[in-house]
Amino acid sequence: MIEIKDLHKSYKIGKNLLHVLKGINIDIKEGELVAIMGSSGSGKSTLLNILGMLDAADKGSYTLDGVPIKNLDETKAAKYRNKFLGFVFQSFNLINYKTAVENVALPLYYQKVGRKERYDKAMQYLEKVGLADWSSHLPSELSGGQKQRIAIARALAAQPKVLLADEPTGALDSTTSYEVMNLIQNINDEGKTILVVTHEDDIAQMCKRVVVLKDGVIIEDKKVNQVRASEHV
Amino acid sequence: MFKRDSWQEIFETISKNKLRTFLSGFTVALGIFIFVILFGFGNGLKNSFQEFFMDDATNIFRLFPGRTNLPYKGFKSGRDIEFDNADLAAIKKNFAFQLQYITPRIQRNFTVKYKNKSNNYGLRAVGPGHQRAEKTIMMKGRFINNQDVTNKTKYAVIGRLVEEDIFNGEDALGKFIDIGKRSFKVVGVFQDDGGDNEERFVYIPYTTNQLIEKNTDKVGQLIVAFKPIIGYDGAMKFEEELMAFMKKRHAISPKDEGAIYLRNVADDLEQNQQFGNLLQMVVTFVGIGTLIAGIIGISNIMVYVVKERTKELGIRKALGATPRSVIAMILQESIFITTAAGYIGLFSGIFLLNYIGDALDDYFIKNPFINMGTALFATIILIIFGAIAGYVPARRAARIKPIVALRDE
Repeated sequence: MIEIKDLHKSYKIGKNLLHVLKGINIDIKEGELVAIMGSSGSGKSTLLNILGMLDAADKGSYTLDGVPIKNLDETKAAKYRNKFLGFVFQSFNLINYKTAVENVALPLYYQKVGRKERYDKAMQYLEKVGLADWSSHLPSELSGGQKQRIAIARALAAQPKVLLADEPTGALDSTTSYEVMNLIQNINDEGKTILVVTHEDDIAQMCKRVVVLKDGVIIEDKKVNQVRASEHV
Repeated sequence: MFKRDSWQEIFETISKNKLRTFLSGFTVALGIFIFVILFGFGNGLKNSFQEFFMDDATNIFRLFPGRTNLPYKGFKSGRDIEFDNADLAAIKKNFAFQLQYITPRIQRNFTVKYKNKSNNYGLRAVGPGHQRAEKTIMMKGRFINNQDVTNKTKYAVIGRLVEEDIFNGEDALGKFIDIGKRSFKVVGVFQDDGGDNEERFVYIPYTTNQLIEKNTDKVGQLIVAFKPIIGYDGAMKFEEELMAFMKKRHAISPKDEGAIYLRNVADDLEQNQQFGNLLQMVVTFVGIGTLIAGIIGISNIMVYVVKERTKELGIRKALGATPRSVIAMILQESIFITTAAGYIGLFSGIFLLNYIGDALDDYFIKNPFINMGTALFATIILIIFGAIAGYVPARRAARIKPIVALRDE
């Protein structure tokens, strides 16, 4: 699903060149649930930005579902993001004046799906995350865990190939975190490829594979025995 | 489908961000409203001005007798010229094609007395044509007519303020007044848009005045009206011919500039129009200033709106919005709001102007109005600039990487 070969990325900070990613090689198969760990400054956010086509690599190749991702202009990147990727952010990033169901339907709007169909699909995904009853609520009327579940429903609504979650539990207490991880595990069980960036070890242990970054290189890449979040809820 | 859908998306955004919609809409509506009102008042001012300075007919020449400066045909220079009844008849006869009417005007001053009240007034001994030349409006009774002239009647037409001054609230019509030492019957009371001074005159038939002044045939000045149909060029030619004709009749050298003065109202008109144009320029300047203020207002609000929405736009981009669709969304929204608000401002302004009507007449704003074309043009300008003002920040927002926009503050 995701193939990355010899990926380099550096940033110019003043006159100095900061080498953030120094040759990353990673191969993620369909249906995997991968945790990307690392302390701040390890390059994990940069890697996620490149995977999410929010940033371009300097060197190396990135293939997503057989499509080489390179030389993207903004319009093309937007289309690929819409087609291939679903994002889940630490701070949820819901649009605050739209109701839950409208937020979930938004990626479908950019896929030019008709209004009625959009609504039906959005309701379907809300049901999937267990928030169908909250469809007409605004984000401000929801708890953190509920917001993140809406965000996950939104990421799924576009039926992306890969779900990218950037610290999805970072803003949640542990009980709520496990609820969200439980949802992510369930989605993964249905075959969706998911990448989770986290620095919490217990969250990482709930994935199937853990990749640890340090100073721009992968220092560890191992399969783990998945801890089911449902056991903690 | 996408077109209708994108409008629906915009209506949702508008209806759910009421404060923002109100702010930008209000600025535009207010801008257009003030523009319409100011422009209308400016036009009202111009109307009052025109009424003040252009209350007389514009198709007339005034001929004043003077004194010769050059010796000619055996006459010495320094001879006083006077017009008489024969001049009147000759002009009527020779210029029948161009002439609309002609009237003499003999101007005197008399004490006018009714019962025990009296005052000094200007007396004008005129013919019937004078009413049209001065645009005198009859309040009651009638003006001097041809029969009065023929019969040399002792009838007088008095100004509104003359009646007010000396009649003590009595109806002047049919009463007898003393002009100098002679008794005249009041047959009419008039008003005039030219101001108070114009309403403190007394008119009598010029023939009556001639009779009083020892049966002279002198007529003072001549007011000659040409047919408007002959146009400006025709009028200029008429002026030349008339001057030559009169000089010949009175044996004045063609080069003598002082013997007869001719004042062409068309020339006055041009001067007045220049002043009118100045007023127009002031009005336009104020209008443009208001528009610019409106444009700056809407620009500021658009910058604020886009800034406020940066995060939302970042989310939309992460979900697959192309830069183009982001710009289109902001532009469509801003154009929709400015258009709707612009027309609200436009029509409420026009409504207010109509409502005011002549209520502000006392403040020299008469019948304020705005040309619909001008108002629409201003509205469209504001819409266009609102769109441009929205486009610049929208383009910048569309270029921001979603990751930057989404960064937690």
